[in-house]
Amino acid sequence: MLLATLFESGVKIEHYMVLATALFVIGVFGVLYRKNAIILLMCIELMLNAVNLLLVAFSTYFGQADGQLFVFFIMVVAAAEATVGLSILVLLYRNTRSTDIRLFNKLKN
Amino acid sequence: MSLDILFYILGGLTIGTALMVVLSKHPVRSVLYLVLTFFLISANYVMMNAQFIAIVNIIVYAGAIMVLFLFVLMLLNLNKENEPKHSPLMTIGAAIAGGGLFLVVVAAMRDAILAAPMIDTNSQQVGLVENLGKVLFTKYVLPFEVSSVLFLAAMVGAVLLAKREKQTIE
Repeated sequence: MLLATLFESGVKIEHYMVLATALFVIGVFGVLYRKNAIILLMCIELMLNAVNLLLVAFSTYFGQADGQLFVFFIMVVAAAEATVGLSILVLLYRNTRSTDIRLFNKLKN
Repeated sequence: MSLDILFYILGGLTIGTALMVVLSKHPVRSVLYLVLTFFLISANYVMMNAQFIAIVNIIVYAGAIMVLFLFVLMLLNLNKENEPKHSPLMTIGAAIAGGGLFLVVVAAMRDAILAAPMIDTNSQQVGLVENLGKVLFTKYVLPFEVSSVLFLAAMVGAVLLAKREKQTIE
């Protein structure tokens, strides 16, 4: 009921496309702007969520469940990525006493 | 229509909190704003009648991943003082790059033609857990099982990486 009225009222799929693009671009901006490695990982989560939003919007738009299951798998991969990324970050912090990414630009020192 | 107004309010709040994630200087505040962003995205999912994804988004993202981020922040004891500084040139460059990307993607989407029909009447059931479960355990059962292997690999990797080494490398 809600859905039918949602897409028949002024809200169009294009609105969701612009919203998801805005969220994704904010994530990209954060990755370029911030120097703290933890905030960078959070910006990656933000970009993944922008893609999730678009997938769910198109899934309901076409009436197919596949998009929402892709969101499910993206969440799985994001959880795995966050755990491994954060543990690498803890290890780097133990060596350098900082999370500044400019200190991590050498593979060997 | 009131749903229209609701969408604009939700969308504006989502973009605002997402910007605050990037712009706030304090890392803990960034995490809390990101939790708020996830709740607002979940509200958007509910508006699109995807209830299962909305609940999973709150449980997995706001509940598990963000708590993991908060734990790591507390473990590393980061605060505003040892927040790395950034040059104004990088700020301008990042803003130009982000804004340019936004303009390019929006301009590309304006020309995209959505040839498919709008929406059929039985699609309102698509986001419910019964329908999603049926598709997940028939069509996507192999990716579902492979994702458990991925989780096992991630768990072993995280434990192995975060474990304190016995002897330090000299």
